[in-house]
Order: sequence, then C-alpha cells, then structure tokens
Amino acid sequence: MIIQTLAFYLFSIITIVAAVMVISARNPVHSVLFLILAFFNSAGLFVLLGAEFLAMVMVVVYVGAVAVLFMFVVMMLDVNIAELRQGFLQYLPLGGIVGLVLLMELAVVAGGFVISPEVSERFAAPIPVPSDIANTEALGNIIYTKYVYFFQAAGIILLVAMIGAIVLTHRSREGTRKQRISNQVNRRPEDTIEIKKVSTGSGI
Amino acid sequence: MSLAPFPALLPALPEIFLAIAAMILLMIGVYSRQEQSARIVSYASIVVLIITLILVGIITDGRTLTFGGAFVSDTFGLFIKTLVLIASSATILISRDYLIMHGINRFEFPVLIVLATLGMLMMVSANDLISLYLGLELQSLSLYVMAAFQRDSTRSAEAGLKYFVLGALASGLLLYGLTLVYGFSGTTNFDSLTKLFTSEHVDVPIGITIGIVFIVSGLAFKVSAVPFHMWTPDVYEGAPTPVTAFFAIAPKIAAMGLFIRIMTGPFGQLAGEWQQIIIFISIASMILGAFAAINQRNIKRLMAYSSIGHMGYALIGMAVAGQLGDTATRADGIYGMLIYLAIYLFMNLGTFTCILLMKRNSRMVENIEDLAGLSKTNPAMAAALTIFMFSMAGIPPLAGFVGKLYIFQSAIRAELFGLAIIGVLASVVGAFYYLRIVKVMYFDKPEEEFDQPVSLEMNGVIIVTGAVTLFLILFPGPLLMGAAAASAALFPG
Repeated sequence: MIIQTLAFYLFSIITIVAAVMVISARNPVHSVLFLILAFFNSAGLFVLLGAEFLAMVMVVVYVGAVAVLFMFVVMMLDVNIAELRQGFLQYLPLGGIVGLVLLMELAVVAGGFVISPEVSERFAAPIPVPSDIANTEALGNIIYTKYVYFFQAAGIILLVAMIGAIVLTHRSREGTRKQRISNQVNRRPEDTIEIKKVSTGSGI
Repeated sequence: MSLAPFPALLPALPEIFLAIAAMILLMIGVYSRQEQSARIVSYASIVVLIITLILVGIITDGRTLTFGGAFVSDTFGLFIKTLVLIASSATILISRDYLIMHGINRFEFPVLIVLATLGMLMMVSANDLISLYLGLELQSLSLYVMAAFQRDSTRSAEAGLKYFVLGALASGLLLYGLTLVYGFSGTTNFDSLTKLFTSEHVDVPIGITIGIVFIVSGLAFKVSAVPFHMWTPDVYEGAPTPVTAFFAIAPKIAAMGLFIRIMTGPFGQLAGEWQQIIIFISIASMILGAFAAINQRNIKRLMAYSSIGHMGYALIGMAVAGQLGDTATRADGIYGMLIYLAIYLFMNLGTFTCILLMKRNSRMVENIEDLAGLSKTNPAMAAALTIFMFSMAGIPPLAGFVGKLYIFQSAIRAELFGLAIIGVLASVVGAFYYLRIVKVMYFDKPEEEFDQPVSLEMNGVIIVTGAVTLFLILFPGPLLMGAAAASAALFPG
C-alpha cells in the first residue's frame, strides 16, 4: 500500500511540475519535451488506477502521435516566444478573473455532483467484476464480437482519411533523381566509355 | 473460454464485398503502370458496383438483422441502394473525359467513389445510431476529398474546404442530437427505440425532442434543405463538374433514405414532434429553390438551387409520413417520395451529362448563355436537354410530372393542402428558369459549336436517361411496384 501511495505522489508531483514547465519554459521545444514527460507520468497514474488500457493509449496516442506532431509544428513554425509574452501583464487581470470564475463554477459543479442512488439497479448488462478481468481484455472481448461492425467501419473511415491526405498533398515532383539500381547494374562499359586509339606523340 | 457467436455476414454481403473490392482496387491502382492505372481502376470500379447491385438484389429477402441488430437489410434498403449504385457507376462513366481533360485522371477518384458508395449503403442499412453516424461519416469524408480533387484550382480547394468545415459542423449537430437521444432513452438500437416510443409515447422527455431537432438539422444539411443549404451553390460551382454531378445525386438519395428510415422507424410514433419542422423546411426549400435560381447565370449554381427545390418537393412525402393516423396514408407519402427520388436520379444524371459536354476548344464553359442556339449547332443534345428541363419543370407527359403527381396526391390524401398548393405554385415559378434554358437553346443566336465528337459512354448515358425520362409514363410498372414494396416494408401491419 505504501509503495502505491509513494508512486502516486511521485507521478503526481512530476506531472504537475512538468505541466507548469510546459507553460513557463522559454524554449518551445523544451515545452513539448515537458509535455511528453507529463503524458508519461499521467499514464503512470492511470496504471495505478487499474486502467492499464487507458495508460497504453495515452503513451501510444499522445506521446507517439500528438506530441510528435506538436514537435513538428513547433520546429517548423519557429514561434517567437518573446513576442507572444508581450503584454502578458496587461492581460493578466482579465485572464485571472476568467480563470477564477471557471474555478468557482467547477467547484459548484463538483460540490453538487451526486450519483443517483438507483443507478446501480439500472445497468442493463452485468459489468464484469474488475478483479475478474483486466480492462484491456474486457474491451477486446466486445470490440471484435459485439461491436465488430462499428470497429471495422471506423477502420474504413481511417483508410479514407489516409487516401484523402495522400490524394490532396502528394505530388510527384519532376526532375528528382532517384537511384535505380537495376539501371546501374545493367550499365555496360560500351554505353559510357569510348575507346580511342591514340597515336604516339600526338594528342586526341 | 467459449467463443463468441459469429455474426451472420450474409445480410451485409454487398457491403463486405464492396469494402474488400475497394481495397483491392486501391492495390491495383498503386501497383499498375501509372498511365494505365486510372483507366483500369475506373472500369473495374464500374464492374464492382454492378456486381454489388446484383448481390443486393439477390440477398434481400424480407427483413434480416445482423451484427447484433446494428445492420438491417430489407426491401426499402434494396430500393435506395439500387438508385445509389446506379448513380455511382454512371458518375464514374461520365467523369472520365473531364478528368483526362483537366489532368486529374487519377485512380483514386473511382476508389473514392466506391468508398463513398460503401458509406451510403451503410447509411441506408443503419439500424443503430452508431452505424448511422459511421456510415454518414464514411460517405462525407470521401466527398470532402472529392470536392477538393482538382487541387491546382483555387475554386475546387475552396469548395472542398467550405464543404469540410460546414459538413463537420453539421456532423457535430447530428452527433449532439444522437447523444441526447441515447442519453434520454438509454439505447442506440432503432428497434429498441421504436419499442420504447411506441409503449410510452404519452410523455416524451424534452431531451428526446431536442435530440430529434438536432438530428433533423444535421440530416437537412446533408440533403441541403433550407435553412441548411448555404454551402450548396458554392460547393457545386467550385467542385469539378463530375463531382458536382455525384454530389447532386447519390449522396442526396442516400441521405434521404437514412432520413426516411430514422424518421419513420424509431421516431415514427413521435411524428407530432417533428412533422412541423419537416413541413417548414419543405416549404422553405421549395420557395428558395424556385426564386433564388431565377437570377443564376452559371448552370452549376442553377442546378444547385434546382436540387434544393427538388429536395423540398421530396420532403413533402416525409411530412405526409408524419401525419399520425392511417398507416396506408403514411406509407403513401414515402411511396411518392421514393418515386420522386428515382426520377430525380435519371433527370439529374442526364442533365449533368449534358453539362459535362459543354466544352469549347477543350475548355469547359458553364454559363447558360453558352447554350445559345444549341438547336442549330447540336440538335440532338438540345433535344435531350429539353427533355430533361421539361421533366424537371414537371410538364406532362415526362417523368418529372409523374414524380410530382404522386407527391402532391399523397399530400392531398393526408389533408396537407397548404403543402400541396405551395408546391404547385413553386413548381410554376421554377418552370420559368427551366424553360429559359430551352428558350436560350432554341431561339437565341447560335454561339460557337461545342467540341465534338462525344464519347460513347456519355452518349449512352444521355440516351438511356433520356429514354427513361421520356417513356416512363408508358411503362411505370417496375418503378411503382418497387416503390410500393419498399414503402410497405417500413410500415409493417
């Protein structure tokens, strides 16, 4: 138990510190790296909660795809942070008020949140007991059986997205020189070299 | 560990075939020689669509469910799917010339049409809110890409972007409506929803009503009914013409099929909640379609407004189906609507083929004035276009008249006199701009000739659609029987 508590505090502290660093780091590339750190540690928190599937998705999707995309954008756009920081103090009061209002609203909603007492009787299908089955396995059990149609349909939608991206952006450029190994191998000395008889004492 | 039961694949065989065929076509396109790939894949796609059409006809036998009730195959689906498949294969056929001429003859075009068609079939067969949404998105995503297909043209890119942004908004509205319905009913399955609303339709929670309003808005966007029509003229004008032809026909028919299925199925007993909305969008579409088209000079924009108007007429049938009471009357509305959609398919296909033939010195021309004196320079094409225009205006004895007749008859039988009267008046106004095209062709001074010769495929499509439009009134039997069986399938008992 104590190890779990320690792990929880470790992951939480690193997540929060990394999150603060994301918005305070001067170099945008460092921000993205801290974002990845935050993602990894929140994945750790999910593992502690017993939601290992969510943790895996977090790492694969957020770290593997989203963060890399961010990195790509940041490096391509060359954002000038100093320019963005200008007028920070000027907007601080307004931004602070908006943040405060949101925080208060959040507190009101969270404070007034009650789970309906009869909700446990309303579940149509029995949910597997968490200790019986891991949630990855539980998902796997239905995704290829009960929801196979939806799953496959979603797959085809992604295929269309891929085709669309290629159709709309791929250009075959003229004049690029590709290495054609077969051409290189098939080349014969006669094609390129001309042998000339040079008579002694005179040039060509 | 026991194995889960394997779902019955037979009811979904056409869709499964089409999905696998689309991937094979993609492979063929990628691995065949560049100059050849587009031609091979185009003709192979047409063959695939025709095989799918045959499969749909063979396997449909009463009402069968599969995939845990998420997918339904029935006679109604058979009718709509037939129309969609005809439209898609004909579009591939008539698009070849244009694509070659504009240097965008790439094999992805027919593949995207096949995938969009797959989405449409899935929409029509949806029996669950999730399958409805997935089918719709598959179709829309393919269409967004197709709108921007001519990527070197700014107008095409603009059309694609506009359609994408507004389409995403409509999807958001639709999805919000679907979640509300799910949240207040606790199920996404159409059959369960039907059962739920039939048993306790006395007090429908307000959340369901709001959900229905959002769903109607989202679907009205997809069929481009007023007030969700704003994207239509711009997208139709900017997109490459074959894509416009495709947009105007197949997705509209499929979206109407989905619209009918969800409104008469799960929400059939709640007609009191949605009928007035349908009446409003129907009237607004008819009026806007009639008046806004008058000032158009570009024929593609004109066709956009014309299709908005046609969707308004078709929605009269939906309003009739929302008239609670006698089941026969309600089925009658859907019957009229299906006949209207089938005729709409042939008229529009023919008209767009003619528009695709409007090219001079290897450049497309799109203005109505460019048709001037066509009767002198190309009498056959002028005659064909005249047939289509008269038919669209609803002049007897052409097919368009038959469609309007059945729709207005059903409205009168359901005692929705206001709708029928406004419909007739709007079609009189609409006749003005259809007849103006005929006038320009026959009485104005001839312009330069259009490019000749016309390819065999395009001639064939014009002849077939023209013959259907012209002679439907003599042999209406198959269409009427198909529509009757399809509409009866929606109202059992």
